[in-house]
Parts: sequence; structure tokens; C-alpha cells
Amino acid sequence: MTNAQKNRIIDKSFQAFGVVCTFFGLAILAVLIYNIFEEGLSRINWDFITNLPSRRPQKAGIYTAVMGTIWILVMTTLIAFPLGVGAGIYLEEYTKKTKLASLLEINIANLAGVPSIIYGLLGLEIFVRIFGLGGSLLAGSLTLSLLILPIIIVATREALKAVPSSIKDASMALGASKWQTIWNQTLPASIGGVLTGVILAISRAIGETAPLIVVGALAYVPFAPSSPMDEFTVMPIQIFNWVSRPQHGFAVNASAAIIVLLLITFMMNGIAVYFRNKWQKKIKW
Amino acid sequence: MKTIIKIILGVSVIFTLASCRRNTEKSAENTLKDKELRGSIKIDGSSTVYPITEAIAEEFRAVAPEVKVTVGVSGTGGGFKKFSRGETAISDASRPIKDKEKIACEENGISYVQLEVAYDGLAVLVNPANDWLDHLSVEELKKIWEPAAQGVIMRWSQIRDGFPDEEIHLFGPGVASGTYDYFTKAICGEEGASRGDYTASEDDNVLVQGISTDKYGLGFFGLAYFEENKDKLKLVGVDGGEGVVIPTQATVADGTYQPLSRPIFIYVKDKAAEREEVVTFVTFYLELVPEIAQEVGYIALPAAEYAKQAEKFQAFISKK
Repeated sequence: MTNAQKNRIIDKSFQAFGVVCTFFGLAILAVLIYNIFEEGLSRINWDFITNLPSRRPQKAGIYTAVMGTIWILVMTTLIAFPLGVGAGIYLEEYTKKTKLASLLEINIANLAGVPSIIYGLLGLEIFVRIFGLGGSLLAGSLTLSLLILPIIIVATREALKAVPSSIKDASMALGASKWQTIWNQTLPASIGGVLTGVILAISRAIGETAPLIVVGALAYVPFAPSSPMDEFTVMPIQIFNWVSRPQHGFAVNASAAIIVLLLITFMMNGIAVYFRNKWQKKIKW
Repeated sequence: MKTIIKIILGVSVIFTLASCRRNTEKSAENTLKDKELRGSIKIDGSSTVYPITEAIAEEFRAVAPEVKVTVGVSGTGGGFKKFSRGETAISDASRPIKDKEKIACEENGISYVQLEVAYDGLAVLVNPANDWLDHLSVEELKKIWEPAAQGVIMRWSQIRDGFPDEEIHLFGPGVASGTYDYFTKAICGEEGASRGDYTASEDDNVLVQGISTDKYGLGFFGLAYFEENKDKLKLVGVDGGEGVVIPTQATVADGTYQPLSRPIFIYVKDKAAEREEVVTFVTFYLELVPEIAQEVGYIALPAAEYAKQAEKFQAFISKK
């Protein structure tokens, strides 16, 4: 066997290995989606979306949970987006490479790996008790913001790093201040990556259950929230609650709610891809 | 950047509109019903009691649509923690309040009334393919579950002569649940005392799954979960010293299924009971619960007992 033949075999088998790796995850996802759709799809109708929670599986709906999820989504975005992007810009553009900076860096990377329930306990102590926000939407959103901040910071920094330094140098050379350079050059050039990071982080936040249960999200809320101080429930909690009920009808409801939640997540990811493509096309150097 | 702002605006418009729709619906209902009552009632506590309280809250909306009743599921212990801090008006509990929790309430100046709302039977279950077992005595259950059994009682043949020489696989609720507290107290004599080497889950459906797929499995949980899974499980009779009794609606309600049937409670805070909407809610609760309890898988108290609970509540509110 010649060397070339050997190399070709290795090449082919590595390709095959790659294909198996790719389809392993997809196959699991396919089975999961098939199971859920088979059980829950027929349950989804307009009433299911607009009904309040009920003890009768047939009458129960996810209205308040969807509303809670949307509130949480919007408020978490409003809180985490400026904080995360601001911190990312500071760390990437302003800090010098000191010991303190690398300490901050390590800590942020570590924070991304802290289990979400820990954030729940932190949120309970700080936002719910010390700030006296109670089990409100605001307390829940602040807690989730803490949870996803590290992800946003890291994504922002990566996106800023990808901007060629020649662009920044050119801007500075033309007499632009640091702020003007960041606002007019670096940020627009990296916004696609920043937004992708933010949206993926928020997709994660809307699937979280544990921290919100600790903070005080409830199981039965018969009204849609009307202010940030209202009590709330979210879809993962409603699903969790239904899965643990004895009647089979609730398992069907849970599947249907999972489909709705999946749709929301897919939509978020779709938006992320759309923005990334759109903004990347715009950049012309 | 503008596009983002547009999207955020769009989303907020959608859900503002959606909440408006709800509000107009609500006010239409109002003209027909008791719109005098307003306010909010916060309830939290046991997940065992949750289905009952949820059902009552659902029905209460038809009576007093402007009262916002919310129900959480922090567990009996978690519920009492919030109750003793004055954060909730009513606490759901699947066991009576503990001394430690009583002291916490006293320290914060909270007094309360305990009301029994229904019975819950704990069922001992095995796989339908298990053909050697139809009942166990309390002593045998203790032998299986007591702390000393850990790593010692590992095979069916060790429990009773004639049982197969096969490994036994145990399933039960996690240590944070009131169900676990109650079972260990009734069987092992001390709350929280049991072996640790069993499959524990807070989700009873996981236990159902475990036992129904394991011929040598044995476990315990609330009777409601058996009623919904009759075809997958086999119920075991329990001999509490006066013959074998199978847990059914009847044997739990008349108290012959002992020691594994227990009352479940709600606790009402004194400050909350000064509010009219809370009084109406609790009265409504006691009126409706016999019917609801049955519907969601629990067992109603005798009618005389409900009358007694209602009297107890009346005495509690008129005391002040």
C-alpha cells in the first residue's frame, strides 16, 4: 500500500467519523421531537394558547405561562444586553493587560460554568429579600440576567476581537477619539457576532426553570402580568408541573407546551442567524 | 440598530394588546358576578396539596374574578419558611407544622389556624408480574426500609420465607417531600429515618415508571398516582396489626387503612384572615373540597369533620 492510499483511507474514515458525530446529535433530537410531536401536536389549538391553567387537562392552557415567558424575555434582554455588551467593550478595548484584568477574565469564564440553581439562590437573597422585590418579574429577570451575563460578555469580546486592528488603527490615525472609533467602526463591524451571542444567551434563559422556582415563580397564576412587579409563571415551570401530575392528560399538555417552547426557541435562533448574515453582508472594507 | 428597536417595540405591542384582550374579557364577566371582592391571596407549600388548591382557586375565579389567587409549590417545608416570614397568606401542608416552624412563626408574630382538608393514602406497590406478594405487615415494611436495612436486606428471600432469592429494588419519594417524612414516621417510627440506598425521585411518575418496568421492584407513593396507573402496578395490602387492608377510597376515609393514611392541611395566617377575600376563599374552600378532593385523586373527610373544620375557622376569625 502506498502512502497516498493510506492517507486516502485515513481521510475517508475520518470523514465517516465526522458524519457519525454530526448525525448522532441530530438523531437524538429527531427521536425527541418525534415523541413530543406525536403526543402533543394534536393538543395545540388556539384555546390551548389562550386558556388559563386548570385542573382539567382538556381545559388547561398556557396563556399566563406564555405571557410570563415573553415578559421575562423582554426584561432580561433590556437588562442583560447593555450590561453585558458594556462590560465586554470595557474588557476588550479599555483594560490594560494587568493582573487585575486577567483575574476578572478568569472569574467571568468561571461564572459561565456556575450551575443555574446557584444563581437562583443568589437572586433569592439579593433581589427578593434584600432589595425587597418579592417573587416578581423584575426579580426573576435580574436573576436570569446574572445567569447569562458571562455568556454575553464572552461573545461580545470574541466579536470585538475579530475586528481587524487595521480598522481601529486607521480610525485613530484619522483623528477619531477612542469612543468614536468604538461607536462608529468597531461596534458596527462586530454587531452581528454580538447579537448572535445575546440571542443565544437569551434562548438559554427562557428555558431555565430552577433559578426561577427558587426566586419564587409560581405554579398557578390565573392572570397575565401587567407590570414588572407582578407575580408570574413561565413555560418551563408549567411544563415541569404538568409532567409531575398523575393524569395522563397533563403529559399530553406538557408535550404540547414543549412544542410551543421549542418554536419560540427556534424562532430566536432563526432571528440570530438572520441578523448575523444581514450585518456581515453590510461590512465592506 | 433601528431594526432591533423595531422588533422590541413590536413584541411589546403584541403582548400589551394581548393583555388588554384579557382585561376586557374579565370586565365583561364582572358585570355578572360578585365584583365587590378585590385583592390578592398568596398561597404556597406542598406539591401534594397543590392539585386541590389549584382546583379550588380555579373555581373561585367564577365567584370572585377580581381576587388574584396564586399558588406555588415550594414543598411543605419551603412553604412554611415563607409562611413564617409573613410572605404568604395560606400554606399548603402534607404534614402538621413542626416545632421549629412554630417557633419561627411566633418570632415573627404570626399566628395561624390549621384546617384539615382531605386524606391522602400512601400506597405500597409492586410490579404486576410479582406473583409472590399480596400483602406486607408493618414489621416487614420496617425491615425493608429502616436505616439498619441499608446494605443488609438486599434480597426478597430475606423478607419472608418463600419469597424468591432475587435482588429487591426499592423506589420512593425524595427526602424533601412530606410523603417521605410521613412514611418514615409511620413505618420506621422516626421521621426521616430510612435506608439511603433506594431510587429516590420527587417526581412520582418516575417512581411509577421504575416499578412498572422492574419485576423485582417495590415502592411507595400517594394513592392518586396508583389510581391513574392501575394497569401498570399492583397494589399491596398492609397489615397494621388488625388484618390486611387494601387502600381504597373507602378504607382510607373510614380510617381502617392504617398507618399509611394521613390528613393533609392548609394553614391560614391571622393577619390574612382579617381580609374579607381570604375569609370568603377559605369558606369556599371548605365547602367545595369534598367534591374536588375526589376529582383530583384524594379522599374527602367525613361530612361532620368538614363542619368541624368550618367551625374552627369561624372561631378563629371571630376571636379577634
